[in-house]
Amino acid sequence: MTEQGFRYISKPRRVAEDRRFVVGRGRYAADIRRPGELAVALVPSQHPCARIVSIDASAALAMKGVRYVLTGEELAAATDPLMVGVDAPLVKRYPLAVGRTRYAGEWVAAVVAETRALAEDATEKVVVKYEPIEYVIDGEAAIAPDAPLVHPDHGSNIVLEKRFVWGEVDEDFAKAPHSLSYRVKWGRSSTVPIETFNLVAEWNPWQEILDVWASIQMPKYPDQIARALRIPYTSVRVHHDVDVGGSYGVKRGIKHTVLAGYLARTLGAPIRLIEDRLENMRAGDAHGPERLFDVEMAYDDDGRILSMRMRALDNVGAYIGRSPLQLGKPVGAIVGPYKIGSVAYHAMAVLSNKTPQEAVRGFGQSPTNYAIETGVEKVAEALGLDRLEVRRRNFVKKDEFPYLIPSGTSYDSGDYDAVADKVMAQIDWDALVAERDRLRGEGMLAGIGLSACLEPGGGNSAFEPLLNEKNLTTTWMESVRINVDALGGVTVAIHTTSSGQGHETLVSSCVGEVLEIDPDTIRVVRPDSLASLPSNSPVGSRMAIMMGGAAYRAAHKVKAKLIAVAAKNLDVAIDAVSYHDGNASAGGRTLSWMELVTICHRGYHKLPAGMDPGLEATDVMQVPGGERLPEQGRTQMYPCYSFEFHAILVVIDPALGKPDIRRYVIGHDCGTVINPHIVKGMTLGGIAHGIGASLFEEFAYDEEGQLLTQSFMDYLLPSSHEVPAVEIVHHVSPSPHTVFGQKGSGESGYLGSPAAISSAVNDAVRPLGIRFDALPIRISAIGDAVAEALEKTEGLQ
Amino acid sequence: MKVDLNINGVERTVDVEPRTSLLDCLRGELALTGTRAGCEHGVCGACTILLDGEPVRSCLMFAVQADGYEITTIEGIAPAPGELSVVQDAFVEKHGMQCGYCTSGMVLAAHALLMRNANPTDEEIRDAISANLCRCTGYGQIVEAIRLAADNLAQSNVFPAERVR
Amino acid sequence: MKPAPFEYVRPASLAEACELLAANGDARLIAGGQTLVPMLAMRLARPSMLIDIARLEELRGIRAEDGAIVVGAVTRQAVAERDPLVAREVPLLAKALPWVGHPPTRARGTVGGSIANADPSAEIALVAATLGAEVVVRTGADTETISATEFFIGPMITQVPPDGCVTAVRFPRRPAGRVGTGFGEISVRRSDFALVSAAAQVVLEADGRCAECFVAVGGAADIPLRLEGASALAGTRLADSDIAEAIADDIAGLDTMSDLHASGAYRRRVARTLAMRAVAEAREEASRVH
Repeated sequence: MTEQGFRYISKPRRVAEDRRFVVGRGRYAADIRRPGELAVALVPSQHPCARIVSIDASAALAMKGVRYVLTGEELAAATDPLMVGVDAPLVKRYPLAVGRTRYAGEWVAAVVAETRALAEDATEKVVVKYEPIEYVIDGEAAIAPDAPLVHPDHGSNIVLEKRFVWGEVDEDFAKAPHSLSYRVKWGRSSTVPIETFNLVAEWNPWQEILDVWASIQMPKYPDQIARALRIPYTSVRVHHDVDVGGSYGVKRGIKHTVLAGYLARTLGAPIRLIEDRLENMRAGDAHGPERLFDVEMAYDDDGRILSMRMRALDNVGAYIGRSPLQLGKPVGAIVGPYKIGSVAYHAMAVLSNKTPQEAVRGFGQSPTNYAIETGVEKVAEALGLDRLEVRRRNFVKKDEFPYLIPSGTSYDSGDYDAVADKVMAQIDWDALVAERDRLRGEGMLAGIGLSACLEPGGGNSAFEPLLNEKNLTTTWMESVRINVDALGGVTVAIHTTSSGQGHETLVSSCVGEVLEIDPDTIRVVRPDSLASLPSNSPVGSRMAIMMGGAAYRAAHKVKAKLIAVAAKNLDVAIDAVSYHDGNASAGGRTLSWMELVTICHRGYHKLPAGMDPGLEATDVMQVPGGERLPEQGRTQMYPCYSFEFHAILVVIDPALGKPDIRRYVIGHDCGTVINPHIVKGMTLGGIAHGIGASLFEEFAYDEEGQLLTQSFMDYLLPSSHEVPAVEIVHHVSPSPHTVFGQKGSGESGYLGSPAAISSAVNDAVRPLGIRFDALPIRISAIGDAVAEALEKTEGLQ
Repeated sequence: MKVDLNINGVERTVDVEPRTSLLDCLRGELALTGTRAGCEHGVCGACTILLDGEPVRSCLMFAVQADGYEITTIEGIAPAPGELSVVQDAFVEKHGMQCGYCTSGMVLAAHALLMRNANPTDEEIRDAISANLCRCTGYGQIVEAIRLAADNLAQSNVFPAERVR
Repeated sequence: MKPAPFEYVRPASLAEACELLAANGDARLIAGGQTLVPMLAMRLARPSMLIDIARLEELRGIRAEDGAIVVGAVTRQAVAERDPLVAREVPLLAKALPWVGHPPTRARGTVGGSIANADPSAEIALVAATLGAEVVVRTGADTETISATEFFIGPMITQVPPDGCVTAVRFPRRPAGRVGTGFGEISVRRSDFALVSAAAQVVLEADGRCAECFVAVGGAADIPLRLEGASALAGTRLADSDIAEAIADDIAGLDTMSDLHASGAYRRRVARTLAMRAVAEAREEASRVH
């Protein structure tokens, strides 16, 4: 199927969801009001680590309007610990601290009152007596033999340590004429959606059902609620028809939900837990990776990278859910777009007394891409070769797909050189270099940044069994159901929440394409979790592939039934029937859509023998390529690999140190694009997020273990002033594994922009003999290093 | 404490604690939930409303301070049920949003800009929305949407003050 | 993030406001609220009473009076930004106002509120210090006038007594002749509080020599600080080397602070750079006036 052959796919059609958003009619969790609801506010720990000696809630409980104060002891006795994604059963995690607090801001008690303001008043009256305990903040310090243990029962601060050797690494290093080593650090930032995590939970004791409206983006959310609350799955009803105000990975408020669910059951009243920004930043448990990379690369005289050793140490904070698994997903693109022959990978997830992490856009891939790209630039610099040329020499070539990388993953398709060519043409490389040099001549620091990287798409669970042999999960499905009603209308059901990805537009486009009907006439609905088919939620850039795939397959089932009905009624063989615009024809006779629908709904006597009445189809789809468990530390990670290539120009006034992004071009290939507006938005938004991670955003801690950046005054999200106009050039390398050739794009832009910005800043300061190997790169750090370098230079003269 | 508010042209009287922000009053007392809470400390702009036509943060005002002003929320922008204003339509045409959470504030900021500047430059557009943080879009399609709205308004045959609707 | 409870009153006159303030020890004035409300929301401030002076006509408006442009304390920043009198007579203020926060905060934030808040990085306070503006303060029935060069004591600390109210700021009118202004700041994001800022106003003689030069830096010390050494520039041609020399001691004497966003060394160095650039900008602007 060619791009030109599509009716609706790849066309710049309006996004259906947008109509409700522009009029303020999105329906977010905080918009849900239930009669008799009560509000929760949380008591935060003042200490990074302390024994909880006592909690005295009497003064709080005596306040007017205050209904309850819940402690960790009570909650832990009544619930099971929250899910831990790796094999560390003694790293127990509950929604409230039990016995000891393990990070500053951790929720120690929950106050329930008639209004949020009253609840906040009462939190000030809850008297917690603490006995401070030694703590550890730094990830490397946490693995020292004498480091304080965050979870003494676990016996170590290491919650995950895996060593993989793929190929003949030692031999390749021994044979290589050159090698180099370096360290880079990815600072702790996150996606920080503008909506905090919000939920309303209501228990109906007569029906024994917990209704949950939440701003959630999480696989297996109802399962986890049911397990922790020790109730059947059938007693949890998550409402998927709630809009989520941004997530990009982090909206996984299971601790919030178990807390609110327990309170709703205990108090018999709807519970409203609306995080405020402070609660969200310090204890929403939604920080992102904080990763230290020690890398060695072996390479030849031509700049071909022969082998790589990488140690990645991630400071995951005080508790774990799925966060350590973010060290696993990059295994599927551990060589980036390059033909690196062998790799040794040493992954460590380390506990500390910081806020826990959650999944962040790319699930660990963007930090790894930054580490790889830094090395590629160092190889070029060491050999005095052009950075672009070195990348080209290492690129997997167009005719080499499918390309099997050392860690066992096969890349599906791509043409990295063609994308790079398009970017070079768009940015006018020679003119760009001339502009950089002109700026340098004027006394400015100017640098060109490049980065090339992959976006794995079609999220599955392959990294789970890879990192934890006890986990035998391979299934990671997505489902779509189509119902054609007796009036001929088409309703499609999807079974998860969305946080801006445009899933309604995605499925209506795919179904409309197959059935040849206008997607705007298709209604998309979201049944609650009890009425839903299995879903694993929009993670891992998977929905274009998986929800789009399931929609396509379900639509084909509907179409097949229509054709079979037509064949019977036109008295011809099935393959004699042609389908067009919803109608079916054979031998010059046509049965219209409505005639066929009417037969399905009202004319049982006209149906082929044995065919069920009605016109509906369901598809539950497994991730392509996700058939096997890992073998000998190798696995097929995601099925699809999108490619992006960034080229940017950054200018820095040496006296001020503030990087100004003057030009930003990205080449993007995510296979067949389903909706160009959506993919464009994802890419631009991802770049903005990457600009934040590389220049502005950090959850910074002081020596006392206190989070310094708790509010939006200090944790700095880029505004429209900081994000430049970005030019996108497209390329399409269809994936052979998907129904329309589509790949993932939900993480695009973000996966390469930090590497590109680091590249540009370092190119700008290279003439001064300095470089920056940690993100974010702050204005002041640039200014101070430049000043010091200039002083030295002047001193030499 | 009782206060009379003029919201989207309608007089409403509410009885609130003095500490109730205008944001919480709109959402909680008046069920005008199109105004969003993002940071509650004046940075993100999700709670933007128009006060006598100027964008302000409703989290940085108390409801008891808001009498005597013409307050416009996102609910007051669409010309009729089922219809979109020119600005709203342009946001849809360019997909100037994703999750929709900042969108109410963005549309109001754009609306206010185009009321006073019919033909803004991209720089003026970026400045006008710089107080509204969007985490999804990287702002590109929002800038395109406002530019398109300005173009569409320029071609419309109505008086300037009425054009934005 | 909800404030602690408080009582809200809206006095009909300044006199009444001052009486309320005197009678309620932990009452706070509120005008635009753009700085106070976040502090209330985070419960970093918890007054028992808010006295809303935003609508007091006697505190509002911009007028020329003798040698000064008097800006009423509750005049909104957005109003001052668009005001022709400010543009003509206090060009440095006009130049700095677009850097204050962003449009929605300027729509509510007031000129007097910014001064009274005394953030060391605040642009309006910097302009006041640069020009030696006078802050008019009413306490009880008494009114006093304090020079902006003495008004600020430390971060968020001023000469205003607990029961005092800033009622107006008197900015000196632009001198006759060849006047130029310069303003610059560096912030992490454009709309953030400045890490460092600088403002200058220069008057040139007909022959191009400097008749008068004021320059001050913000964010570098704990108050917006006028660099008094700049007085030595009178009579010079304001060559870059002249400027550097004149402000060297003031810059060296800055007690700069380090935080997450900038080191003390950065603030000192950039204070010097921005001060020099502000004077140079003012010099260039003045030299174009004939």
